[in-house]
Amino acid sequence: MRQTSLPSDTHRAIEAIWRIESARLIAGLARLVGDIGTAEELAQDALVAALEQWPTSGVPERPGPWLMATAKHRAIDLIRRRKTLERKYEELGRDIERDHDRRDVDAAIDEEVGDDLLGLIFMACHPVLSKDARIALTLRVLGGLTTEEIARAFLVPVSSIAQRIVRAKRTLAEAHVRFEVPGGPERAARLASVLEVIYLIFNEGYSATAGEDWIRPALCEEALRLGRILAELAPGESEVHGLVALMEIQASRLSARVGPSGEPVLLLEQDRARWDRMLVGRGLAALERAERLGGTMGPYALQAAIAACHGRAATAADTDWGRIVALYDALAQLAPSPVVELNRAVAVGMAFGPEAGLDVVDALVPEPSLKKYHLLPAVRGDLLKKLGRSKEARAEFEHAATLTDNARERELLQRRAAECALEGIAQ
Amino acid sequence: MRVLVLAKEEQQTRAATPPTPEAMAEHQRFNGELVKAGVVVGAGRLSPSAQGKRVQFEGKKRTVIDGPFAESKELVAGYWLWEVRSIDEALEWLKRAPYDGGTFEVRQVSQYEGA
Repeated sequence: MRQTSLPSDTHRAIEAIWRIESARLIAGLARLVGDIGTAEELAQDALVAALEQWPTSGVPERPGPWLMATAKHRAIDLIRRRKTLERKYEELGRDIERDHDRRDVDAAIDEEVGDDLLGLIFMACHPVLSKDARIALTLRVLGGLTTEEIARAFLVPVSSIAQRIVRAKRTLAEAHVRFEVPGGPERAARLASVLEVIYLIFNEGYSATAGEDWIRPALCEEALRLGRILAELAPGESEVHGLVALMEIQASRLSARVGPSGEPVLLLEQDRARWDRMLVGRGLAALERAERLGGTMGPYALQAAIAACHGRAATAADTDWGRIVALYDALAQLAPSPVVELNRAVAVGMAFGPEAGLDVVDALVPEPSLKKYHLLPAVRGDLLKKLGRSKEARAEFEHAATLTDNARERELLQRRAAECALEGIAQ
Repeated sequence: MRVLVLAKEEQQTRAATPPTPEAMAEHQRFNGELVKAGVVVGAGRLSPSAQGKRVQFEGKKRTVIDGPFAESKELVAGYWLWEVRSIDEALEWLKRAPYDGGTFEVRQVSQYEGA
């Protein structure tokens, strides 16, 4: 037994152990019983047992296997009760025997745990679920976050998240989604769905879509953690490394992109001394891993390569805008979207002058999907300002300010509009 | 949150006893587990303090002191940078380490000071 004296210490220890073990636990159980809902309930039962027993018995030396053994016994009880799942019961029996035989063969168990975790990720991110459902379920079963924590992070009522998770589990069960690591042609599409979920979580933290808090670093950290885990589970997938590289490099700017009073600081105006060099280094290393795997670069690797151009530049003036334009050209071909085009416009503006950039932006103005996107007028305003057309620029910034839900960003845009007004007077 | 885990060894000033191959393998397995869990973001092992230097500041004066630093009871022998969700999580990971000696110190790294 390990020394843990006070009950409150034990509770904190249990909470931490739960964070470490819950995903592996749920994954192993999901493989046995076939559905996430039951797996999660069994895992929760094991947690309750730990909360009941550990304060008096002490935390076991190997808490992970303890929880798994407890949950598996409950699984047997459950399946016995259900009776209908006889085949599953046999499988479970075999599985426990196998686990027993293999107790010392750590590598084999490791691999199995890895496959289980991967299976759980693929299941929670199944394309049959809506984006919101995938995000909530992933944070719940893989991140070990409580419903309350997820609700707080996304600024939604707890009941909505709870409902989302319940519905997601039901949808998976009704669609008979199998617990598996998909292979063959299906794998690419399923993996894309996983990467999308992780990046959505990251972005929700990186630039909160609504509210006062501009950054919710916990979500970024969670997404990064999931990405890093995935990179170890699926080391041969270059896009996984591409996504990790992108997130590492973006996360390196977390402290630099917020000013002293919480206002956003734009990339080119950031104090690069405040970038987290370790994360930049990790990002560049992940990008190299992606590139070493060969093949054409996917959309995440391309975005990471763009972020890396900034990461490598000692000052904003050193930025290799020519390369960034080339990378955006490649990205626009591979995954064309108005937002990519808008970013390309910014790069073109930097590489070939504001006039050239404005040409690209102006072509986007009629685009219906950007009608309410605040960055379109914000970018247009910026280019107009550089061209000395401050009156038009001001109108664009003011328009942009009305389109964002983020209070901090709105202030920044209003300030830029005010600067244009001053310039207008000076002229 | 990011934490710095400092591995402290007593009398690291002397030629550190090289770890046995078994101990190394155990350590690597543990480290591998941490990497797979997305916990490790950086790590390093330090050479003995005999090869270390200290720079002492006294107003404008700088004094360079050569190692070994005999006066320190516990010297840092290595470090990890971990990304965890709480100090408790770091402690739970640390308790699983396969070591039978030494002290490990866990310190939170302050981040996002602008936020």
